Amino acid sequence: MTARVGVVTFPGSLDDGDAARAVRIAGAEPVRLWHGEADLRGVDAVVLPGGFSYGDYLRCGAIARFAPVMETLVDAARGGLPVLGICNGFQILCEAHLLPGALTRNQHLHFRNRDQVLRIEAAGTAWTNTFQPGQEVLIPVKNGEGCYVADAATLDQLEAEGRVVARYVRGNPNGSQRDIAAITNPAGNVVGIMPHPEHAVEALTGPSLDGLGFFTSVLKHLVGAPA
Amino acid sequence: MTTHPDPAVRENPGGFPAVPAEPFTASVAPQPGPVAPARPVEVVRHPDQARSAPAPAGDWSHGPDTVSRATDTPGELQPYAELGLRDDEYDRIRHILDRRPTQAELAMYSIMWSEHCSYKSSKVHLRQFSEKAPPSDRLLAGIGENAGVVQVSDELAVTFKVESHNHPSFVEPYQGAATGVGGIVRDILAMGARPVAVMDPLRFGAADHPDTARVLPGVVAGVGGYGNCLGLPNIGGEVVFDPCYQGNPLVNALCLGVLRVDRLQKKEATGPGNVVVLMGARTGRDGIGGVSVLASATFDEGSEQRRPSVQVGDPFMEKLLIEACLELYDAELVVGIQDLGGAGLTCALTETAASAGTGMRVWLERVPLREASMEPQEILASESQERMLLVVAPDKLEAVLKTAEKWGVWATAIGEVTAPSPDGQPGRLVITWRDQLVVDVPPGSLVDDGPVYARPMREPADLILLQADRAETLPRPSTAEALRETVLRMIASPNLADKTWVTEQYDRYVLGNTVLAQPEDSGVIRIDERTGLGVALSLDGNGRYARLDPYNGTKLALAEAYRNVAVTGAKPIAVTNCLNFGSPEDPGVMWQFAEAVRGLADGCLELGIPVTGGNVSFYNQTGAAAIHPTPVVGVLGVLDDVAERMSMGFVPRTGGDHDQLFLLGETHVELSGSEWAWVTHEHLGGIPPQVDLSRERQLAELLAEAVRVGHLSSAHDLSDGGLAQSLVESCLRRGVGAQIAVPEHFAGGSMPFVFLFSESAGRVLVSVPRGHEKAFTALCAERGVPWELIGVTDQAGGALEVRGQFRIGLDELRTVHGATLPRLFGGSEPAEAAPTGRGAAPAATTAASALTPAVDTPENDRAAAAPVATPADRVAPEHTGPAPASRLAADTTAAAEAGFTADAPGGASGQPVDGGHERVDGPERSTGPSGATEPDAGGADRSAVPDQR
Repeated sequence: MTARVGVVTFPGSLDDGDAARAVRIAGAEPVRLWHGEADLRGVDAVVLPGGFSYGDYLRCGAIARFAPVMETLVDAARGGLPVLGICNGFQILCEAHLLPGALTRNQHLHFRNRDQVLRIEAAGTAWTNTFQPGQEVLIPVKNGEGCYVADAATLDQLEAEGRVVARYVRGNPNGSQRDIAAITNPAGNVVGIMPHPEHAVEALTGPSLDGLGFFTSVLKHLVGAPA
Repeated sequence: MTTHPDPAVRENPGGFPAVPAEPFTASVAPQPGPVAPARPVEVVRHPDQARSAPAPAGDWSHGPDTVSRATDTPGELQPYAELGLRDDEYDRIRHILDRRPTQAELAMYSIMWSEHCSYKSSKVHLRQFSEKAPPSDRLLAGIGENAGVVQVSDELAVTFKVESHNHPSFVEPYQGAATGVGGIVRDILAMGARPVAVMDPLRFGAADHPDTARVLPGVVAGVGGYGNCLGLPNIGGEVVFDPCYQGNPLVNALCLGVLRVDRLQKKEATGPGNVVVLMGARTGRDGIGGVSVLASATFDEGSEQRRPSVQVGDPFMEKLLIEACLELYDAELVVGIQDLGGAGLTCALTETAASAGTGMRVWLERVPLREASMEPQEILASESQERMLLVVAPDKLEAVLKTAEKWGVWATAIGEVTAPSPDGQPGRLVITWRDQLVVDVPPGSLVDDGPVYARPMREPADLILLQADRAETLPRPSTAEALRETVLRMIASPNLADKTWVTEQYDRYVLGNTVLAQPEDSGVIRIDERTGLGVALSLDGNGRYARLDPYNGTKLALAEAYRNVAVTGAKPIAVTNCLNFGSPEDPGVMWQFAEAVRGLADGCLELGIPVTGGNVSFYNQTGAAAIHPTPVVGVLGVLDDVAERMSMGFVPRTGGDHDQLFLLGETHVELSGSEWAWVTHEHLGGIPPQVDLSRERQLAELLAEAVRVGHLSSAHDLSDGGLAQSLVESCLRRGVGAQIAVPEHFAGGSMPFVFLFSESAGRVLVSVPRGHEKAFTALCAERGVPWELIGVTDQAGGALEVRGQFRIGLDELRTVHGATLPRLFGGSEPAEAAPTGRGAAPAATTAASALTPAVDTPENDRAAAAPVATPADRVAPEHTGPAPASRLAADTTAAAEAGFTADAPGGASGQPVDGGHERVDGPERSTGPSGATEPDAGGADRSAVPDQR
């Protein structure tokens, strides 16, 4: 059976089509979910794509967390549903308290788009289990508010529990604390990542194919997961 | 802000009184202020029947200036001059209306007859684009539409257009640039297309001028802020500095859209009884008079007071508007659609009605406002962004409002289409405001009957002197050391420096179809994932060339854009343009404009590709000082399969393999107007490089064929900065060095310099993989394109080496090339580096992509920031000097083994056989005089190069 992976569209979502394409290339069936509908349509996993949901007004992700789809999603995620938040999706997961900390304005105050090397630190999550620990991958980063911040205790805890999923190496593009690019929840099913793996899934349009691993990981995870 | 209109309001039909025929459904958007009680409004046709509200002259406290009041007070003084209308233009309005205009009408005429909207100075010249247009069976919509539409396959068409937003961007850089992007995107949307990419040619004053540090960061952030938030990849553009743009920066924006051929939308407001719907943002006081105040007048001391004339953008609203419109198109719910841009509602109402010959009845108080106190003329003139005007059949209105509600945008029925008069005359545009008739005009009189001027033209008096002052007579570098320093100085100069500081503020990945983006010669976008069909787009302009010779300077811009598209392997098919000039009231400027238009029209005819649309921006002038004439030309090409596209970067080879480097085209001594003359001598004079469009065409056809059969591994256009610049860019793109031998006919004195820095047109640098050189050169001969083997790529060497002249490590090139913009505009680090050796890709990376650029800066951002300080004008590299002889010899051997000694057939057509590509045995060292520079008195420019020495 083909896994069905939901991709949520909020008003202002921009990379939803890209996320759906990545899901398809990874071998799963993308299912488009609408922010205004609470129904998750029985999907096996969900991607919250990048963009500027609700124009990033008030605060990135702050309005999106109150969308009807999020109410269902938060419960499902707590119940183990794999959820990947990319960029704006990461911000939404933090606002929804599925992940700790927050994403703030890049330290240099500019939007920045570049091809970024990441080191995979946690290869046990639902979204990174096809990588090797310590593996370096090349993924585009593009954000204006991607600077990850949390208090020292939280950062220490994330590191102690192995919940830092990826770090920026060879240059930190936004000033994130401890070079954090991606984190996960204690159960490892919810991952927030600032760079864009969905933009590194085709040789023709991406800097590498490394992004595909995030999407194939969730398929592997689903095969192994109890029904 | 509220993103969803209150659904409760839908049940309140209050805001929309009944009209003749069927009643309208309410707007989904809440009406501003207290909802007016529903009551019928008579459709007033005759001024004398309208209820008037007499008031003392100039006092509107008793209500708006109505048609009947205008009829009753013919002698009232009106501020037409302040609104930019001339005496004769005002008289003409009175003649058309047979009375004085109301205040609202006066506002409408003043903006519709402004230079920006009416093209009154340019019209007589722009006709040439149609008159000289080569036949094209691809053109679905051309000049006069919101944007040209070109068919690229049986099912798909693309639409593209470039527009200026120069004046607002000087007054308020961020919003000016942002709304420039927003405006062009709506033009594309109005054609029925999904916008898929943007590009932005930008021009600023001197890079180190304090005001540039204000304008540039704001403009770049505005372009990025709007485009990024809209989800449109930015795939290219230009960043050019020249003191002539001080006070008049140029912010042009291009948008590319894709549509199914059967989704092409019209703007005509056909079908009397159809409903006129305003969708999108509410209307505010921003941008009032933008076109007449800002875009149609010269800047003076009071410019800073014009900020209220600049519009304010909300890209989130525009994103919703795009999705809503596309859904309406798919469901075939609209009869006609027009974007609201310059001249706002006035332009949209009059153009849609005039193009259909119909009339329109509008209840102005139904327009949702941000400020309830706005007066009718303000509502009509407002340039508030993110609005579209729809014409909808009454039975589809409900569905349209539902779609708008789904996407959270306001949609309000504000009027209806009315029939032409029984005698066959076009209908009238009748507008009431709170039951009072404020406008009653023939819409065509605003759109088509505006003034047309054949303004006086005269060649600028200084042109002869300027052309006589040739850059070919300037002192040139003639020693190896001087040449090396010139290379470093040039690549660090603001116009040639790495633009990553700018371009990394733009999202180039979104939508996942960007195949090539800056710094490549063209942006390439895949438009059909199934077939790989795609388009290539390039925008180019050179104000210096156009200043020296507007006719040929414009042809050169066309040639460069055409060539930039051709190097990707695409077939160029269509042209757009943005013509940026000074004041048309200056005969010298008008002459430049006429020459530029003639050059572009002739050039397009020679190349066989039509102009599909464009934009004119006049009054780019502060006081008496006009900008250089700056025609920016965009060329669009088609790639049947984007997987075949060619990049400009040399390709890494394993096992010591090399590609051969060929220079296509002929190099003459052409330095006038060049980047070198400007950077090293602040010199502008002479005659720009010769342009031969039939040769450009041959070159493009050769490239398309060579790419198709796989003869090439990279291709890069030569333009500003000449061969040296192209070599550096091709090396740095993927961190692959090169070894170059100066051909014998360029040996000696300053000729190696000419070889590296001449800006002769019609040239391309290509790399050819081993085994393809014979077939490739044979193809060149067959196509009549001159070629010359000039070197090999050299990955192991990690340097750009010009034998007998200099060797510069890629790290040094990268540092020098990348440091300039961060130094000028701040930022935490030099432009992103792609270090050689330190790994093209991380160990575990799938190196599958042919595109894989080398990786990022190895150092910590901040650590790398500190030592950057290689001033653009004083490059004093540490490890200079020619390579040790032993090293050179070894390299020569390596190159020879790599096939540098050409086994290619000699005697290619057009290129004299002089042994230049027969062997390279230790290129001669410079034999010039010991001085660093050598004046080349009289240099016989333009003669065939071998005759030089």
